[in-house]
Parts: sequence; structure tokens; C-alpha cells
Amino acid sequence: MKNTLRKGRVAAACLTLLSVSVLSACGSGDDDKKTEAVEKIGKTEGKVSILAWPGYVEDGSNDPAVDWVSAFEEETGCEVTSKSYGTSDEAFNLAKSGEYDVIAASGDLSLRLVASKEAQAINTDLVPNYANVYDFLKNTEWNTVDGKNYGVPHGYGANLLMFNKKNFAEAPTSWGAVFDKAELERNKGKVTAYDSPIYIADAALYLMKTQPELEIENPYALDQEQLDAAVALLKEQRQYVGEYWSDYLKEIQAFETGDSVVGTTWQVIKNNIKNKDVDVTLPTEGATAWNDTWMLSSQAKNPNCAYKWMDYILSPEANAQATEYFGEAPNSPEACAKTVDPKHCETFHAGDQEYAEQLWFWRTPVKECLDGRTDVECTDYAQWTEAWTEIKG
Amino acid sequence: MSATSSSPSDIRPGRTTDPALRGPVARPGSRLLHRMVWLRLSLLLSAPLAWMLLVYVVALAALLITSLWSVDSLTSEIDRTWTFDNFRTLLDNEVYRTVTFRTLGVALAVTVIDVAIALPIAFYMAKIASPRVRRMLVVAVLTPLWASYLVKVFSWRVVLSEGGLADWTGLGSPGYGLTAVIITQAYIWLPYVILPIFASLERVPDSLLEAAGDLGAPSGMVMRSIVFPLLVPGIVAGAIFSFSLTMGDYITVNIVGGANQMLGNLVYINAGAANNLPLAAAIAMIPIVVMLVLLTAIRRTGALDNL
Repeated sequence: MKNTLRKGRVAAACLTLLSVSVLSACGSGDDDKKTEAVEKIGKTEGKVSILAWPGYVEDGSNDPAVDWVSAFEEETGCEVTSKSYGTSDEAFNLAKSGEYDVIAASGDLSLRLVASKEAQAINTDLVPNYANVYDFLKNTEWNTVDGKNYGVPHGYGANLLMFNKKNFAEAPTSWGAVFDKAELERNKGKVTAYDSPIYIADAALYLMKTQPELEIENPYALDQEQLDAAVALLKEQRQYVGEYWSDYLKEIQAFETGDSVVGTTWQVIKNNIKNKDVDVTLPTEGATAWNDTWMLSSQAKNPNCAYKWMDYILSPEANAQATEYFGEAPNSPEACAKTVDPKHCETFHAGDQEYAEQLWFWRTPVKECLDGRTDVECTDYAQWTEAWTEIKG
Repeated sequence: MSATSSSPSDIRPGRTTDPALRGPVARPGSRLLHRMVWLRLSLLLSAPLAWMLLVYVVALAALLITSLWSVDSLTSEIDRTWTFDNFRTLLDNEVYRTVTFRTLGVALAVTVIDVAIALPIAFYMAKIASPRVRRMLVVAVLTPLWASYLVKVFSWRVVLSEGGLADWTGLGSPGYGLTAVIITQAYIWLPYVILPIFASLERVPDSLLEAAGDLGAPSGMVMRSIVFPLLVPGIVAGAIFSFSLTMGDYITVNIVGGANQMLGNLVYINAGAANNLPLAAAIAMIPIVVMLVLLTAIRRTGALDNL
């Protein structure tokens, strides 16, 4: 008996050692990552793999009329495979797998990709269509680090407020519809919210406009006290939330059946809802928003086709189609001229720098306050994630 | 290995059918294996054992080790210094306790409901139904297992939605939430509970029931003192299935659970969204520990002996 016990212990010790060595062997795969920009484009590889938000890489399989990928494939001979994701966090994990050559990243993802050496610097000279892009989208803090460009701008837009007209006497104009207790009471159990820690910024933005004494300057730069206030607001909201969404198909279904009647959304989701009572608005407080960048993976297996794709998706025709379908502002005046709806760029205030300044583009919260405060330490994304778990309870 | 190394010239038509030509001894490979029992055994078991070790034991050990690491928040690189921080977070933070108890509650409810439904069905299948009906019932119980899990859960999402089937049949829908999770999970794991109970009921000899009847025992007493004790191993097996499967689930609660989260969701968001694999590993230890405690307790009662 004693003997078998000892044997068991030895075996356990061996196993532990074995698994440690296996794990550490897996962790050291940084060798094949290339973060420096290339000098010239070589021969195309015949295929490219793309990771993007839903609605960014449409090849007609969702809607035969919505297709800008086929033209690219014909033009360059690069066959496109793509995967869509629901949250930046999910995309970060997928990007780390090294299976994707090009990644469409919002501001809360791009810097994390650069920091973890998952992104390769871009030689913008090799992307001719980059010249068209609005100047205020170039060299911004979410696509440029230490003077190096890590991506080319795609487009930008706001997280909107979606509501079912049947449940509102008049159309809501404020985020109060999802944060104010009296407003929430009327739609108890039918409120929805975006299921990601970054949604804390939406609450912070509302507090910034309604509770000036908290002195929030930037919804992504919250000190502990401000984060606590936002968390308290979200915990109150949690009592009225029917469900959180990160899968856009789930939100589409919930609004079509009426299981959700008010909550945050993207224009592309509204476009896919057949229920005529559902409408969207940009509330008066402004909104959190995204500003997306096409980035090249440091583990890209098809970098040449990847460059071709970045140039193609920046071309006025493709950019106009993609941004109009998703419901966001295109990245160049030339693209604005090509939209089907002539008022598209007016609706989304494309190129309107002042308007863009009212939008709070997604950023990754870090300890060093993004609003320039140096007297306090801000809360970082890990703390936001923990807070998010607590909010959902 | 060595058994297959004999030369192909051995294989000649007619050779094996004619005992006179076969010779007095077997091929060298077979001889070796015949003599060395340990070699035979290790060749037979090495592949499945290696598989067991890699898939189960090493994975569990890796999980435990990972849970003792931490993660850098911006780059998400894993910091390989030993720390108990993750377990401290689990203990200090109330939300993990709440979620653990919620998960256990749901798993318990699903198990109770499943056993309550499975007992009469299994009894009817094993003891009352004609062989033809029994076969049809077994097929009926097994059929849902052929459909995709996701399809079944999404069907429940549609059934329970506003204006869905539950609404229009007049039963009313509980809406998305824990009740919906319990209903859906009870539906999904039901076959796993019916089958072991059915199997152990089939092993109860009819003669016992007849003898009890002849001796004048009322049916309640037959159930209580003859059928039930013989059924316990089957019930325990079924209950372990439904309990552990529910405890690890995170998809159902994501689809029909409304704003609720269970342990699986916490693992999922920490692994998938927050990139905090060490914390995810620590949370994953909770159901493992619960199951270990539960299995030990059940073993003590002796219910696992005739499984």
C-alpha cells in the first residue's frame, strides 16, 4: 500500500514536470513574428485570411447584392477567407493564434496588438489609396506608435441607441433611456446592453454629462472613484436588463421578437432588422464610437495579398460600399462621392472633424491616464474586466 | 509491433489451412509476446494509456499550474511566477461565490427534474411496455441526441421568446432567465438520465416483483423496498451525468439565460475576452473540486460499487 502511494507520488511529480516543460515550450513562439515594415510588395500568394467585424468583408453570401470581395479576388487573384468577431477581446485572442493576415481593429484592440507584438508596421507608400484618406484619421494615437504606422484607417461610427417605437411615446434622445431609473422602469426586463467591459465607458460618458461633480474628462480615463460611480450606475441598470448581447445575430432576433426594446447597437444591426417599429438615434450626450484600422499581423503568412487587400479596401469604391453597409463614416472624400445614398456622408458626418471630436472612440484603458492627469492612477482594462464580471453578478 | 514484423513470405495460400505444413512452432513475434506477459500487456495498453495521460491527467495538471500564474493586463503575456492571487480573488470577491451557488442550484434543479421525469418513463419502458413499444421508446429517447446541441438550444430560445410557442399555447413563457436555463438543460440532458435508469431497471428480475405481489406487498412497498434499492446505482449514474454536464455548460445560459452568468461563462469571458487564462483556470478548478467532493461522498455511500 505504502509502495503504491509512493509510486503515485513519483508519477505525479513527473507529470507536473512534464506539463511545465510542455507549457513553457508552447509559450516561446515569438521567433516568427515580424514587426518591421516591408520595403516592397512581392508576388501575391493567391490567398489572404481576414479577421474583421461582421459586415466588413462581404462576398455576397449574406446578401447577393452586398459583395465587394469578389471584385478583389478577380482583380488580384487573392482568394479571401474571413472570420467575423463580436468583441475586441475575442478578436485579440483570435489574432494571437496567427491564423489571420489582416485584422480590422478598433482603437481598444489596435494598441494591444502593437504592445503584444502581434502587429507589423505598415509601409504606407505601398498602399496608394492611403493618400485619399482624411488627414485627421492619419497618424492618430490608435494607429501610430513611436512615429510608426501600424495600420490604415477604415472608417468610424458611433454606438447608437436602438429602440422599439411601440414602447416609447416619443423617440428617446438621451442615453437616459438606458441609464435613468424612471425611464428604465417602463421597460424592465427588456433593456439590452453590449456584453464587454468596454461598455463601462458608455456609463462613464453618461455620468460625464449628467454628474459634472465627478469630473470625468474622458470615459476611458477613469480613476478608482469614477470607475466605482460607473459601476454603481451599471449595477442599477443590471436590474432592468433582459439580456446582454455580443453576438449581433442574437440582438437582431431579440429586437425582432420584442424580447429587447431598447439598448445600444450598431447601424448594421438596425439595417438587418425587419421589424419596422425599431429605430436608432444618436443621443444628445454624444456616444462612444469606434475608429477602425486595417492592421497587418506580425505572423502573416500572406503579407503581399494582405497589402493588396488593404489598398483595395481603402479604394473609394470598396470603402464606400463597406462603410455604407456597416453604417459608418467612410475614410475619404472620394469614397463619399461613391456612396449609393448621396446623403450617407452627411448622415454620418464623414470628414467633419468637429463632430468626430464629440465621439469617444474606443481605447484601451491603461494605468497612465489617457486624459493627461498625472496626480492619480487610472484603472486599467484588467480592472474593467473584473468590474464587468461584478456588474453582471 | 513485433507481431507484424514477420516476413510477407509467410503468407502463402493454403499454408494455414494445412496443419501438417504449419510447423511445430508459431512465428517468432508471437512466441516472444507469448513468453513476455508484460510486453504483451504494455503493447496493448500503451496507446490508450498515453491518451488517457495526455488528455486527462496532463491537462488537469496544466490547468492547476496555469491557475497559479498571473497575466500582464496590457500585453496579455503570462507571467510565470507562482502566486495564489487568483484563488485569493475567488475567495475575496463575492461575485464568484454567488455565481458558484447559482450554478450549483441550477445543476441541482436540472438533476431533480430529470430524475423525476426519467423514473416513470424508464419504469414504463423496462417493465410495462411490450417489446415493440419498448424499442420505439428507446429510439424516441435517443433521437434528440442526433440533433445538434446548438439547434436544440436555439429552438428553446425561439419557443420561449415573446410571442413564441410557449406564449401562444397559453402556457406563458418565463422569459429568458434561470428558469429558461433549467428547462432547456433539463430537456437536453434527459436522455443521459433515462438510459442508465432504464438499464438498471431492466436488470431487476420480474420474479422479484411477482414474488412480492404473491406475498401480499402493496405496490408502494414493492417500489420502496425492492425496486428502489436496486435502482440507486442507475439513478446515481444519471444524476452524475446531468449534474456535471449542467455545471460545465455556458452556451445555454448565454442563449436563453438573459443577463445571468454561470461558472462556464466566467471561464469563457476570462479565457475568451479578458485573456486572463490563469484566472480562467482557477475558476475552472471550482467545478472540478465540487465534482471530486461529490464523487467521494457518493462513493462512501457505496452507490458506485455496482455501477
